[in-house]
Amino acid sequence: MSVPAELHYTPEHEWVSLEGTSASVGITDYAAQQLGDVVYVSLPALGATVAAGEPCGEVESVKSVSDLYSPVDGEVTEVNAELEGDPSLVNAEPYAAGWMFRVRVAQDGNGDAALPADLLSAAEYEELTKSAG
Amino acid sequence: MTSFAGWQMPLRYGSETTEHLAVRRAAGLFDLSHMGEIAVTGPDAGAALDYALTGQLSAMAPGRARYTMICAEDGGVLDDLVVYRQGEQEFLVIANASNTATVFGALTDRAAGYDAAVVDSTQDYALIAVQGPAAAGILAPLARLAPAGLELSAMKYYAGAFGTVAGREAWVARTGYTGEDGFEVYSRPDDAEQVWTALAAEGSGAGLVPAGLAARDTLRLEAGMPLYGNELGPDVTPFEAGLGRVVKFDKPGEFVGRKALAARASSGPSRHLAGLTIASRRIARHGYPVLADGRTCGTVTSGAPSPTLGVPIAMAYLDRPAASLAGADLSVGIRGEAVPAHLTDLPFYSRRR
Repeated sequence: MSVPAELHYTPEHEWVSLEGTSASVGITDYAAQQLGDVVYVSLPALGATVAAGEPCGEVESVKSVSDLYSPVDGEVTEVNAELEGDPSLVNAEPYAAGWMFRVRVAQDGNGDAALPADLLSAAEYEELTKSAG
Repeated sequence: MTSFAGWQMPLRYGSETTEHLAVRRAAGLFDLSHMGEIAVTGPDAGAALDYALTGQLSAMAPGRARYTMICAEDGGVLDDLVVYRQGEQEFLVIANASNTATVFGALTDRAAGYDAAVVDSTQDYALIAVQGPAAAGILAPLARLAPAGLELSAMKYYAGAFGTVAGREAWVARTGYTGEDGFEVYSRPDDAEQVWTALAAEGSGAGLVPAGLAARDTLRLEAGMPLYGNELGPDVTPFEAGLGRVVKFDKPGEFVGRKALAARASSGPSRHLAGLTIASRRIARHGYPVLADGRTCGTVTSGAPSPTLGVPIAMAYLDRPAASLAGADLSVGIRGEAVPAHLTDLPFYSRRR
């Protein structure tokens, strides 16, 4: 199971990659393995306002359907249209071609991205998946 | 891994879609040791089963298998079963894991008064299945069947024989739950690892892959086979599931449920099992409503993507015969959205013979 060190994570098994104030979001390798083959991904609309911890889409696998949560506050600037034709990218490359959406993250007083305080580091996330068995 | 009826079961080994397609194109290896094995033996074993089940098991020749059901007095299905006749006085009843205790209890009660013993032998057996068009070729070099002159390739569908697999004693049967040709190997639990390892090695060059519960479910769904708890349960008779043929009214003697089942046979089923294809990537899952022109007309019992057809499929109980819905605008309510669906004949998939 892969947990890239440079990413942020959530307890809902999503990852966040921050470049400036642009956050790319996807689900983790662990989540993709737990779900099994992903067959459908419903993504938020372009321009939609999303809030950290709120559902903004769905990930459907052969055996289950799960809510997709936004890990950050902000506005959706891009969605991965490739997933419509090939949702299996989520299983094959969860941190690369299987990315889901990008958000322009709300800024703090210094113009930096205001990330929620409860995002996890790679080490913390790895610990979480271990305790989940 | 997943917990299932008290057993730790592999849901998938890798990708369930890959496992599914391997079974359709080559072969899959399944560990089904959770299934219940109930031995019914003695001079009256056949008569006891004729009374307890819907089929006429006494008429089956030794070395054959039959798909049958056990019903309650009101005709409701307690379980669907495969029964092997292993000898003149020896039958082995295969029950779903979650129903083994129920089936064992009912068989014990119903066999009282017959000269027959009913024993729950589930812990005495491991069950490994090899399923798919390559199954016979993979198993044949490892199998020695006891009946003189019986070659594995010549074994009939729904037949079985004692013998050895990889040198371990086993009951080998040409049965399965995938819609493909295939075999089920019942061995002692201590021998299962050897049987599994030998089959995996023999099949490695033929495209055999280990396959889990998730693939087993999509395979049986494509093949239109009912699953207890989804299409079958105490609230339906075999007639609702389109399986009235398993009820043998012409067998001699009484059997449990006869009166209620005869009434249902003459009145017709109260619900109608139908096949649906879904015009979306979304899955119509167990419990979702089926709508005709916007009004509820049934409920989905099982749904999954069909790797063979490339679209999601579902089975559903409808409140009227499918034929009467010709021309209606059908849809499935998938989490608040009416997704178009189309009626289709069951099964969704039949292997070429």
